[in-house]
Amino acid sequence: MFRPRPDSRHATICVEVEGRLVRVPAGASAAAAVLIAGLSSIRETPLPTGQARGLKGHGAERGPYCMMGICFDCLAEIDGVPNRQSCMIAARPGMRIRRQRGARAVAMK
Amino acid sequence: MAPVRVARQEEMRRFDAIVIGGGLVGTAIGYGLARAGRLVVLIDEGDVAYRASRGNFGLVWVQTKGLGAPHYQRWTRASAAAWPLFAGELEERTGIKLGHEQNGGVQLCLSDAELAKRHAMMQQMQVEAGNFGFEYRMLDHAELAAMLPGLGPTVAGASWTPYDGHVNSLLLFHALHKAFAAAGGTYLPDSTVTAAVAAPGDFRIDVGSETLGAPQIVLAAGLGNAALAPLFGLRAPVRPQRGQILVTERTSRTWPIPLGSIRQTPEGSILLGSSEEEVGFDTSQKPEIMRAIARRAVLSFPWLAELQIVRAWSALRVMPPDGLPIYDESERLPGAFTANCHSGVTLAAAHASLFAPMVAAGALDPMLAPFSAKRFDVSAAA
Repeated sequence: MFRPRPDSRHATICVEVEGRLVRVPAGASAAAAVLIAGLSSIRETPLPTGQARGLKGHGAERGPYCMMGICFDCLAEIDGVPNRQSCMIAARPGMRIRRQRGARAVAMK
Repeated sequence: MAPVRVARQEEMRRFDAIVIGGGLVGTAIGYGLARAGRLVVLIDEGDVAYRASRGNFGLVWVQTKGLGAPHYQRWTRASAAAWPLFAGELEERTGIKLGHEQNGGVQLCLSDAELAKRHAMMQQMQVEAGNFGFEYRMLDHAELAAMLPGLGPTVAGASWTPYDGHVNSLLLFHALHKAFAAAGGTYLPDSTVTAAVAAPGDFRIDVGSETLGAPQIVLAAGLGNAALAPLFGLRAPVRPQRGQILVTERTSRTWPIPLGSIRQTPEGSILLGSSEEEVGFDTSQKPEIMRAIARRAVLSFPWLAELQIVRAWSALRVMPPDGLPIYDESERLPGAFTANCHSGVTLAAAHASLFAPMVAAGALDPMLAPFSAKRFDVSAAA
C-alpha cells in the first residue's frame, strides 16, 4: 500500500520488522519501516474492540496512522522494549521491530 | 450578571426545575430529577468551563473523607453504598459500561510516621462513626506485599476499607448526559446565565436570547457557584485547588483494587496523582509537582520507573473553605438550592439517588443540614 517517495534518499539502513529485513533511508522512523515492510498492522489493542460500549470482540489490529506521536496506534516492541511509539523513533541499523500484542507485561522483582 | 428585566410570560420556556452546571454534579442531579418525572433544563457553560469533571482521578473514595465531620463520612458512605445500583442502572439505560469496580481500596503509607498517623485517623473515624460502623484494617508491609505485586521495599503499610472503588469518570460523565436526555431532560450547551430574577418558588434566567422559568433552581456550576449563589439568596464560597495527574502506558492488569493516589484502570493505564496546590485559576502543569508525583509512585512500586508517561494534565478542584461539600436551600428564596463538592465522582450516586429526590420532594433532608454554607457565618460559629 505504501512506497517511498521517488525523491526520497537512498535506503541505507537495514532493520528487521517481524522477521522481514527491510531498508529505509537515514532519518526514517521505525513506523516507516513497518509500512515499507508491507504490514497492515503492528499491534493488537489491549482491549476487545468496542468493550467500552459493551460490545464483544477481540483485540483489534492497528498500524501506524498519524505518524506524528498522537494516535498511539503504531505501538511496537522495539529492540525488546514494549509499547514504543514507532513513529517517534528513528530507525537504526539492526533494529528489531516486533508486534505489540495487547498491554505490555511488567517486570517485577 | 444582574437582574435586568422580567421576562414576559409568553416568551418564557417553563420547566419544573432549572439546573445550572453541566458537569458531574449538575448532570447527576439533573438525571435524578428527570428520572423522578420532572421537566428539567440543564444549562452548561460548555468546553470553556474549567470542568473538574473532565480532569478528575476517577475514584469512588471513602476512607479519607470526614475526619472530624461524621456527617460527611456518612454522606460519602451513603453514596458509596448507592454506587453499585446507580452504576448498574446507568449502564442499563445507556448501554455504556462505566468500568466501575468497588471491591475496597488501600491508601499506601510510605513511612512508619505516615502509617501511625493514618492508623490514628482510622481509629478516630471509627469512633466518630458510632453505631453506623466504620470497617477498616491496617496492613503491614508483608500483608500488603502479598496483595500488591511489586511493592517497594520501603512502603510501611496501608489502610484498607471495603467501601472504596473506582470508575471511568469520562464514561460516567457521558452516561449521565445520555441518561439525562433519554429521561426527557433538555440540555442547553454553550450557555451562560446573563440575567436572573428570583422570587420564592419563581426563578427566571436569561440564557442568550431566551428566558427560562421554573419554580425550582439548582446551582451546580462548580467554581461558578461562587458568583451565582448570591443572586438566589445563597452562598457558595468555593475556591479552585489544582491537582495534577500523570498517566502511564497500558500494562497487564496488576492490582485488584485502587490504591488512593495510584490506580490502574481496567484497560491497563496507570493513573498517578494527586497533588494539591493553591494557585487560583491556573491550569498549567509544573515539572516539580509532576516529579513529586512520579517519585512517590516509584517509591511505592519501583518497576513503575520503567513505564512511559503518555499523558498528563491538571484540573481545578471545587474547594469549599473547610473541604466539605455545600448543600443548601435558600431561606429567603425557597426553591433555590446549591450543590458544591470536590468529589463529583464519589458523590454522583448520592446526587442522583438521594439529593435529587430531596429537591423533587421540595426540601432537603435534615441529614444535609450540617452542609449548609451557614457554617461559614461568623455569627453562626460564635
